Amino acid sequence: MADLLIEIICEEIPARMQPRAMADLERMILARLADAGLAHGAAHGFVAPRHLALYVEDVAEHQPDISEERRGPRADAPEKAIDGFLKSTGLTRDKLVQQDTPKGTFLFARIEKQGVDAAALLPDMLSGVLTEFPWPKSQRWGGTRFRWVRPLHRVNLLFGGAPLAGELDLGGASLPFTSASRGHYFESPQDIDLAGIGAATDYVARLRAGHVMVDRAERRQAIVDGAAALAADAGSSLRPNEGLIDEICGLVEWPTPLLGAIEDRFMGLPDEVLEASIRTHQKYLTTGSADGALYPGFVVISNRLPDTERDAVILAGNQRVLRARLADAEFFWNEDRQATLDAQLPQLADIAFYEGLGSVGDKVARLEKLAAAMAPSVDGCDGDMAVRSARLAKADLVTGMVGEFPELQGIMGGYYARHDGEAEAVATAIAAHYRPQGPSDALPTSAEGCVVSLADKIDSLVGFLGVGAKPTGSKDPFALRRAALGIIRIILETRIRMPLLPILTEAASAHGFAAPDPDLEPFIRERLRVSLRDAGLAHDIVAAALGDGTGPGHDDILGLADRAAALSTFLAGDDGAGLVAGWRRAASILEAEESKAKQVFSPASDPHLFVEDAETGLHAALAALPDPGTQMQGPDGLLAVMQSLGGLRQPIDSFFDSVVVNHEDAAIRLNRLGLLAMVRQAMQRVADFSRLEG
Amino acid sequence: MAKTFTTQPGLDFQSIILKLQAYWAEKGAVILQPYDMEVGAGTFHPATTLRSLGPDYHWRAAYVQPSRRPTDGRFGENPNRLQHYYQFQTIFKPSPPDSQALYIGSLAAIGLDPAAHDIRFVEDDWESPTLGAWGLGWEVWCDGMEVSQFTYFQQVGGLECDPVPLELTYGLERLAMFIQGVENVYDLDWDGVPAEQGGKSYGDIFHRAEVEFSDWNFNHAETDMLLRHFRDAEDECNRLLAATPPLALPAYDQCMKASHLFNLLDARGVISVTERAAYIGRVRALARGCCEAWIGQGGPVDAPGGGNG
Repeated sequence: MADLLIEIICEEIPARMQPRAMADLERMILARLADAGLAHGAAHGFVAPRHLALYVEDVAEHQPDISEERRGPRADAPEKAIDGFLKSTGLTRDKLVQQDTPKGTFLFARIEKQGVDAAALLPDMLSGVLTEFPWPKSQRWGGTRFRWVRPLHRVNLLFGGAPLAGELDLGGASLPFTSASRGHYFESPQDIDLAGIGAATDYVARLRAGHVMVDRAERRQAIVDGAAALAADAGSSLRPNEGLIDEICGLVEWPTPLLGAIEDRFMGLPDEVLEASIRTHQKYLTTGSADGALYPGFVVISNRLPDTERDAVILAGNQRVLRARLADAEFFWNEDRQATLDAQLPQLADIAFYEGLGSVGDKVARLEKLAAAMAPSVDGCDGDMAVRSARLAKADLVTGMVGEFPELQGIMGGYYARHDGEAEAVATAIAAHYRPQGPSDALPTSAEGCVVSLADKIDSLVGFLGVGAKPTGSKDPFALRRAALGIIRIILETRIRMPLLPILTEAASAHGFAAPDPDLEPFIRERLRVSLRDAGLAHDIVAAALGDGTGPGHDDILGLADRAAALSTFLAGDDGAGLVAGWRRAASILEAEESKAKQVFSPASDPHLFVEDAETGLHAALAALPDPGTQMQGPDGLLAVMQSLGGLRQPIDSFFDSVVVNHEDAAIRLNRLGLLAMVRQAMQRVADFSRLEG
Repeated sequence: MAKTFTTQPGLDFQSIILKLQAYWAEKGAVILQPYDMEVGAGTFHPATTLRSLGPDYHWRAAYVQPSRRPTDGRFGENPNRLQHYYQFQTIFKPSPPDSQALYIGSLAAIGLDPAAHDIRFVEDDWESPTLGAWGLGWEVWCDGMEVSQFTYFQQVGGLECDPVPLELTYGLERLAMFIQGVENVYDLDWDGVPAEQGGKSYGDIFHRAEVEFSDWNFNHAETDMLLRHFRDAEDECNRLLAATPPLALPAYDQCMKASHLFNLLDARGVISVTERAAYIGRVRALARGCCEAWIGQGGPVDAPGGGNG
């Protein structure tokens, strides 16, 4: 057994692609080792901006010898068939043996495959992986045809600490493998000899000596620890910056955090504007003061070793750049407030929303209609405020600040509305109407905000599906799945009871469509299914609650989710489980008889034809059930209805204990089937029990 | 530990240009002069657009290109934005194996000692929808400031680049502001001569032009005339492409003209978002036609050894 080290050195890999590349290299190499029958021990992946590496411990040095027997054609098969077999096995006719089998006499080949040295296989294995490497985007360079994420400079391959010869075909040139790594581009630009490497930790140490922290986790921790210490020294603490720290981790080989200052004159800008300038555009970490406000300082992660003089130059440069950015933001902040949002509305007519869906101005007109239609369904929503919010919601799209920082859309509208003297409810609703922007994003905090958010998302869903822009596979350019999930979250978390179909129809008519796209309801129901599953409900319970999308309440998102929750609670109890068993018996008898009779039995039975007490008992229990139509409101009501179904359990059990459905008298038999059909109907009204699994 | 680097006093604007020219000339580039037409970026210069495709296998050039972006005009009031500015453009085909080192050497040549700064290559894929061109590369950051665009061209005019050229674009004003430590572009020292001896700042030379051109771009430009000129340029371009043999270079002049006229129309705010895409598509079609005519549709690139290699 020997350790395997693969290292690829190329020009800066985009930060966002590094973690995936590290995983892909490991996955692909290990898959090929397995295919070759080479056992191996633990694997360790490494990635830094210019380095991509994999260290695999204890790789078998030799493939096992393989001996296999393969059956060929019959001994009396035509020559052609036998020739084909010889070709596929690489043997000559005299090496085949004839053997009798119960199916006749066949030719057999014994193939002995001698295992090959791993060292002889690894170079081609590596070339294959590099050629097929799945970069999201790749390029050519120079005069060669090979594609990599950026120009590739070195491929290092060592086995048992010794370099393995090999080369990568670049299409027009070839790149011989070496065993020389490279240090930090500016700090240690000389080669690092990898020969004799004996452990993953040894690799990390050699690269560290060349000022490359090649272990991504270590590098990330160094950023977090260093930045947190600097922030703490200044009496502040790091604001949550996880995604940004991941990105920075992909931009530096040797992180050195430095603390810069933000001038006081900029601290009056909205917090979100400061964050956008500092984080998104400059990739600096932000810190917060004890009172939660933004601290007037930032942490920049330099890619150099600490050096007092140079650090001062680097900080001064970064501060100057940030100052220019913030001066720009300050300019927009002052400029944008010269005109009211109301006064900007006409300009929205000039911004196309999407081909076939009119301008943003048209969208705003639709949002006003939808907000007015939905407001009465939402507790505590002031209809006039909701409509006013909808009217102004998109006006900030023409402001300078949103032009510069598109991610501040909505948020700036909130600030500007407040400045214009709009009602606080309007400002709050505008600011939050793009929410939730993902599963971890908060919902709008006000009823009006929820209504505008729903209107915006529903309008987009109806519109994009209406012009055939439905998401397919992984392609969802208009984030319609996210919009649907947003609708579902708002409805469920703020408990809005509202049939969706009339709203979708209203939205469609605002678009000038005859009706919502037929795929829209199934699309939303599918998102609901996913979200209920994510909430931990079993898939068959969700399926039973959602049914086939035709029953009463099929477009009531809240009702469907409540039903799933109630069903889950009910089935966890004894009555529930027992009832399902009874249901299954009843349903299977009905199914068998109905398929024989080629008819569906109507849910009715005549008490005069009852023979056994159990029939009368079951009929009475059914009659005693409350009407689910009036009681199925809210999770408690639903649960109560289901628990009342629990009262059927005992009568059903005794029915099956004492009654034989197949009575010789056809009238009695039909009457019993009708009684079972009544059971089916009563239960089916509550949920589609046929979708439950054992 | 002794310092291995020094911090130099900042170079004046014209010296930055002269040093970059000297550096790239020394690396084997032909030093060209700006193309004599209004363009939005140095990439439009035929020395980049057309020569990226052929016919030479080797092509190395460097030049300054005045670039016009009418929508960026701010009447001389914004310290960072101009409707007319300078790009320094380098094109090396095929991209050399030591492209990054060559580039970093050029920074050192203008006083940005890489040992004294934090230089980073940050992913930024480049695309020009009007030229039908794209490439992969980075924006280069020096102490947090974007100082250049670094791109390995993959396609131009919708045609595959083979071999692949390296394009470097330096935004000279921004670079000079960084080097001189100046906060306002109009305060840049243009010539290194003290003001009392008649030395000129960037503002002395260009401020009035920024004010007047902003006014023209946004308020005065006759849109009917611009629309007419756009159509004329488009027609002329197509006519030249249809000639036998096609006149690729004169046609490309008309393509550049159309592109700039589109930018002017955009600044006048008469092009809606939907129309915008259509106009860009029209210019792209011209660019593609010119590129195809330039290399002779499907014609082979000269074998290695040709051109100025």
